[in-house]
Amino acid sequence: MTASDQERYAPGKHPSLPPPVRTSGPIGWIRENLLSSPGNVLLTILSVAILLYIVPAFLQWALFEATWRGVTREPCTTPDGVDLEGACWTMVNARFEQFMYGFYPEGQRWRVDLAFLLQFGSFFALLIERVPGKKWTAIFLFLIYPIIGYALFHGGIFGLPVVETRLWGGLMLTLIIATVSITVSVPLGILLALGRRSNLPVIRVLCITFIEFVRAVPLITVLFMSSVMLPLFLPVGVSFDKLLRALVGFSLFAAAYMAEVVRGGLQAMPRGQYEGAMALGLGYWKMMGLIILPQALRIVIPGMVNTFIGLFKDTSLVSIIGLFDLLNIVQAGTRDAQWRGLANEGYLFAAVIYFMFCFAMSRYSISLERKLHTGYKR
Amino acid sequence: MAASAAALQTAAADDVMIQMVGVHKWYGQFHVLKEIDLTVYKGERIVICGPSGSGKSTLIRCVNRLEEHEKGKIIVDGIELTNDLKHIEQIRREVGMVFQHFNLFPHLTVMENCTLAPIWVRRMPKADADAVATKYLERVRIPEQANKYPGQLSGGQQQRVAIARSLCMNPKVMLFDEPTSALDPEMIKEVLDVMVGLAESGMTMLCVTHEMGFARTVANRVIFMDGGEIIEQNEPNEFFKNPRSDRTKLFLSQILHH
Repeated sequence: MTASDQERYAPGKHPSLPPPVRTSGPIGWIRENLLSSPGNVLLTILSVAILLYIVPAFLQWALFEATWRGVTREPCTTPDGVDLEGACWTMVNARFEQFMYGFYPEGQRWRVDLAFLLQFGSFFALLIERVPGKKWTAIFLFLIYPIIGYALFHGGIFGLPVVETRLWGGLMLTLIIATVSITVSVPLGILLALGRRSNLPVIRVLCITFIEFVRAVPLITVLFMSSVMLPLFLPVGVSFDKLLRALVGFSLFAAAYMAEVVRGGLQAMPRGQYEGAMALGLGYWKMMGLIILPQALRIVIPGMVNTFIGLFKDTSLVSIIGLFDLLNIVQAGTRDAQWRGLANEGYLFAAVIYFMFCFAMSRYSISLERKLHTGYKR
Repeated sequence: MAASAAALQTAAADDVMIQMVGVHKWYGQFHVLKEIDLTVYKGERIVICGPSGSGKSTLIRCVNRLEEHEKGKIIVDGIELTNDLKHIEQIRREVGMVFQHFNLFPHLTVMENCTLAPIWVRRMPKADADAVATKYLERVRIPEQANKYPGQLSGGQQQRVAIARSLCMNPKVMLFDEPTSALDPEMIKEVLDVMVGLAESGMTMLCVTHEMGFARTVANRVIFMDGGEIIEQNEPNEFFKNPRSDRTKLFLSQILHH
């Protein structure tokens, strides 16, 4: 474009014009991200080639040539008993209930469904902005639901028969461990983080010792200790449930990590925020609760969700103390003689379920960050 | 110094708001406040000036214990500042402070910034706190911004909100720590206007500032500090016309002729 083509405007009259087409929109995006340099072009071609090589073959196996119907192995084989090419999903069909509930008695499984319905129902009511009554939902979820949940899962109250924790398993167990340890670890982690920055030497040293000790030890060790060593220190006759011990171990472990994440947020807060709050006469807890933590926790949402996701996947480690979480029960299923050689299908199924939960957490955290940053971040 | 000796004698009088006697403070090895004696009477408006690093901010930050003095005595509104947290919080309730960088709470709206302390510290019902906040936001001339977040306001507007926020606690003294130093030149006037209005209403004020025009029109007393000491203090006309020490003369010649 030559200078004569351009319109001239009087000073102060220049309107805002749209940017050139080549730098915006899908074409601009492709040019900028995929084809910006020769090296980039080469990488793009290479990536497309690799995708073309892998993805169709995988889809062929997992979806198009797979056997979907039935609860036995027969549909997956030729009449002579040779396995077909595609995936054999009948194994998942046959064992689906077990993957979900473990060995929970069939007649009682409605209790699990009801408990999770209440839990996720009120949880989503809390997360979705449009739903009213946040305060009551929160009170229900954090104060009343734990009692209802315990009653439903374990029984022994309200005339429900007791279902021992050794019968719990599958996705249900994974979700219970994850939700309990996440719920406990957040408040505990915040307290530990505050304690670590406390001016009181005794509290500070205690918190530092706890955090550093727990972080320096692998989670497996914590689980072994809580399931093997803890009983040694307890008086004879006193014994805790194996699952309860695992829950305590998980929660403490997660709390130590959470504490460090929260501490990062606390340290990112400018001194002026503390001073502004103090100058108004706010005491320590009000300053923390009203001014510092609301901002600090916003900063660390990515780190916290990162810890949640890690924790969710780490729940599979309970298999080493003999609990049948989702992964362990799927693995047990593939070891069944009837389903020999179908480990791929089992693991893929477990992976898809883990992915659904972790991806949902990740997406929610992104939307939460966006929501919280609008309004006051320019 | 004669002025401080006279001040000491009237220490018991009811009209003393802040009294500092022999106050010292160190930052590590650095002796930042040296033998500070200062009495501020009710309704007095004092401007503290001096080169950077002279300890003037530290001095007023000692008044509400954002900094801890290591030696000497500070009595605010009849209460001595010690390590007793109760006393410190009691004093902070009565002492408003405005900072160079505003220190507004970015996650709260302007209105919430103003009502937070009255509600949580003074236990005022929300409706009353809202009414008080509206009154002071009108006084600093930004009632229409009440529902915005601080990040959406200009620097001058933010500083006026900060002043309103302090006033909502109905303080007996207001401390200003270089309130216009972080502002664009265009916005300094709107903040100074609010401060002049506040001075006219009879508020006891302690201002660290380089706005000498403000000192001339508003202050009862100007204090010049250097090297952690109060070098001289006088009423503004005398102070600007006949500075006694050479150090003051040099400082004034540097800030008034540019």
